[in-house]
This record gives sequence, C-alpha cells and structure tokens, in this order.
Amino acid sequence: MKVTAKDVAYVADLGNLELTEEERTRMVRDLNSILGHIDTLNELDTTNVPPMAQVSDRYGVDQSKQGSERFAYASREDVLEGLRKSLRHDLALENAPDSDGTFFKVPKVIER
Amino acid sequence: MNLEQLTIDAARSAVQERKASAAALAESFYVKIQSDDPKIGAFLTLCKDRAIAKALEMDALAAKGEKLPPLGGVPVAIKDVMVTKGVRTTAGSKILDNYVPPYDCTAVARLEAAGAVVLGKLNCDEFAMGSSNENSAWKPVHNPRDLTRVPGGSSGGSAAAVAADMVVAALGSDTGGSIRQPASFCGVVGLVPTYGRVSRYGLIAFASSLDHIGPLTKTVKDTAIVLRTIAGRDPMDSTSADVPVPDYVAELEKPVLGLKLGVAKEYLGEGLDKEVRSAIEAAIQKLAKQGCEIVEISLPHTKYAIPAYYIVATAEASSNLARFDGVRYGYRAKDARTLSEMYRRSRDQGFGAEVKRRIMLGTYALSAGYYDAYYLKAQKVRTLLTRDFEEAFEKVDAIVAPVSPTAAFKLGEKVDDPLAMYLADIYTVTADLAGIPGISVPCGETREKLPIGLQILGRHFDESTILRVAQASEKAA
Repeated sequence: MKVTAKDVAYVADLGNLELTEEERTRMVRDLNSILGHIDTLNELDTTNVPPMAQVSDRYGVDQSKQGSERFAYASREDVLEGLRKSLRHDLALENAPDSDGTFFKVPKVIER
Repeated sequence: MNLEQLTIDAARSAVQERKASAAALAESFYVKIQSDDPKIGAFLTLCKDRAIAKALEMDALAAKGEKLPPLGGVPVAIKDVMVTKGVRTTAGSKILDNYVPPYDCTAVARLEAAGAVVLGKLNCDEFAMGSSNENSAWKPVHNPRDLTRVPGGSSGGSAAAVAADMVVAALGSDTGGSIRQPASFCGVVGLVPTYGRVSRYGLIAFASSLDHIGPLTKTVKDTAIVLRTIAGRDPMDSTSADVPVPDYVAELEKPVLGLKLGVAKEYLGEGLDKEVRSAIEAAIQKLAKQGCEIVEISLPHTKYAIPAYYIVATAEASSNLARFDGVRYGYRAKDARTLSEMYRRSRDQGFGAEVKRRIMLGTYALSAGYYDAYYLKAQKVRTLLTRDFEEAFEKVDAIVAPVSPTAAFKLGEKVDDPLAMYLADIYTVTADLAGIPGISVPCGETREKLPIGLQILGRHFDESTILRVAQASEKAA
C-alpha cells in the first residue's frame, strides 16, 4: 500500500475536497490500484531525457531560444483593451451564485 | 428530405437550390431528435431560437441567389464542453448546472460564421473525463448501433448524434482519445487535429497541453470541410499555431499511391480483440492494394503511454479544475458557514466520482515529495513517446492502427474498475501526448454488427495525408 487514509486526507485538503468516509475508503483503493500501474514508468531510465511540458516545446518553437523567449511566437503588442473589450460588469456577475450587484459575495473570510 | 446519411454538401446544396429551406431542415432534425433521442440521450440542451435565426439568415441568402458559405444551413451540434453565448453549457457536470456563458468558443463561432445551424449541446463525460460517457452527471448515452452498449467517450453524445442522424456533423474534444474512440464505437468519422491546429478558446479546460477540438461526421470529406472551417491561428489562444490552413477538401483528391504506411507491432499485440485485429489487418491490406507501401515500424515506449498520460492529464486537470469554487459561477453549497467550507462543500457536491478521483490523483502527483517521482517522470516519458513518433515518421508518411482494443462494451461493464477503463485508451493517448493528428474511420464490424474503426496517425500539421488515407479506406470498406 503506497497511499494511506492519512495521505488521502492530506491530498483532499490540498485539492479543496472534503470527501465522505465512503469516498475516502474507495479513494485509497483506487489510487493504489492506479499508482501501482503508474510505477511501471520506473522501468525506464530517464536520467538524460528532457521533460516535455508542451507540444510547442518540440514543434513550432526555435529550439535555440531559452526561457520565455521560447514562447515569443505567442506574444503580441501590449495595448489597452487587448484583443477585445473586457466583459461588461453586469455580465461578469450574471452567473454568480451570490452578488450585491458590484461584488461577488462569499461567506465571511475572517472570523472575529 | 431524407435525413439519413445526409452529408454537408447535400444539405447545403438543398438549401442553396431551395429544394429545402434551412429552417425546415432544422425543424425536421428537431422532430427527429424529439422522437429518437429519448432512447439515446445525446442531447443536453437545445437552442432552437439560435438555430432558426441562423437558418433564416441562410434562407435569405439563398433566396437572393447568393452563394452560401461552406456550411450554409447545415445542422450541427456541439459537445457541451465548448461555451456558447447565452446557451447553457454544463461540461456534463452538476457544478455548471446553471452556467450560461457570456461568450462563444472560437470553433463554434467559426462554424456559425460558415453558415452552420447549431441545434444544441451534446452529452459527454463530466469535464470530458471518461471513455464510456457513463460519467455524465445527467444521463448516460446509449450507442445507436446497440442500445445496451456505450457510445464511447468522452464525446459520446457527439458520436451518437451523428450516428443516429440527429445532426449532420458535430464538434467533440479529444484529450486522450475522446473523439476517435467514440467515433470508432458508433461507426462515424472523427478527427483529432495537431495540437495548436484548432483554437481551444472557449473549450472548458481539462488538460491544457493535451486538449483538442475536432469534428465528428459521417464521411471523411465532411470531416475535411469542418476542419478547414475551424482550423487556423486565433489570437485568443496563444497556443494556436500560425501555420497556413491547407484546403483539406482539395487535398483529398491526391492519390494515396506510393504513400508509406507504418504498422507498429506494439499496437497489434496482447489485449487486442481478435475480431478488431482481423478488421484492422483487412483494412491495411485494402490500402496496400491501392498502392500504399506497408512498412513495419516500432513505437517501443507505447506500453508506458497510459501511465504517463494519467499523470500528466490529471495533474493539469487538478490545476484547471481549481477554478470551480462556487464564487464566480456554477454551483455553491447552501450550508457553508466559512469560505473554506464553501469551497469544499461546493466541490464535493458539484463534482462526480471520476472527476474527484482525477483531482486527487493529479494533486497527489504534484504534491511535495512526489513531483519528481510522478509528474516530472511522466513528462520525460512524454518526450520518449514523442521521439518514437518522430523516428517513425522519418520512415513512413502515416501510421495505421486500431483505435480501441475492443468494439463498444456494455453499459456498466467497466464502471467499477477505473484502471480497466483507463487501459482501454492505450492506442489513442499516444497521439495526444505527442500532439500529432489522428483520425478514426469505420473499417468493418464485429459478428454482432458493432462498428470497428481504423486509426490513422500523421505528422504534426499533416492532417491532409491522414484524411487522404482515411478516404481511401472509406472507399474500400
């Protein structure tokens, strides 16, 4: 067993999930089963293999460029209003579960 | 008009020549949806006002004798992971039950600009996570070819709607096979383009480095028409490539004679159903008869694709799905007293079991102490898998393979075993990881009359070649 009930509780916390007792038990079983299969990756020696985060890392980008330069293909002039106008205030709030017409409303953040 | 086997050109010509009005055509599809969809479950939301408005616009053009755009008056539908302005979009999730987006996905906007009539939004696995459509929060989709079986996933509604003639064409999304596998299971054509070929703007993100939008249609030519319409640079998606879009339809005319097609032994090995194998082998033989040269190749890291995929995809998903917190849109738990409780309960009550499983797996793989062992390792294996393809494409022009190890399985068959469900994605996740294009084209049936798809994979930005090979296979089938 790689993943314990304690790990599941910790990871659920990081992922902003609560999970019921039943879900946690199931999660321990499922994660162990999946991670058991994922461990086959350790058969490969990847010491000198570069990681690939994006397809564009390997295609369409000048390989001699470094850092953020590599993504220069995606850049544009920095102009006011950008590519389109910002979403209208009322439209931005339209899907909010709770709002006062100006702000999104949420339960109290700081308890006094 | 007979809606069965209606293609894009046939529908457009009928409207152009005023044999049928686009509005009447849309109405007759709605009638068909109303009568047939209750047993299939492909549609989640219909947008009749929007459809009829676009249809009337096309009818007015036709009445003036003006030339209709390429999809003028053609009824289509959209997988519910693409946002549509003013039309409810749920991504198959309860957490977006009441979400009405304030903007349009670029691919949808481009289809409509080309005259397409969007009838509605199509069922899918929640946040496109699944291979059977059973993870939809709303209802499962039944395979039109056998209602006791799954349509595949996650674009199960898209494949089923096309297969059941409830639309002429549909858009789906493919992160690990979600267009090709349901296309194969339902007996339609489905294409995943090169990463960056089609803008992802307005596609609700699952795994951003793997997500693609693509067409599902009845014919290879229709796939070429839709791809030509939605492809190309979009300033709203910085990963969309500034690479010229060929006329994929014109490219279909080129012969396949002399093309080198690779057959990878790793794709025909253990676990492949006998009937699927013989259908694939027969389809390859037919391509050889048309003058393609069949070359044996090796993609040696194939067996590591599933583990690498399920780390990369879930890691990205855990990050992308952090935005669903009950603040700006979507479901909010009613009983929370603190902000943190609100986040947790909204997500707990809003997400389904598979989505939670993937958030947990991805969060685990990114967490302190496991990042190098899992996430970084998987990214390195992704490089190896991509190199496999690069080396293969030095020898061959395209690769032919199965789409899925089996034909459509029974509803409920794999629902309790997530690993078994993941393993069935073995032949499709590789293309998404490498960012290469792939297409599924029907090539035969099992004895139980279940469709089998042939998969053709190509070089980056070489959709033209795989479409040509697919059409050659389609004509020979």
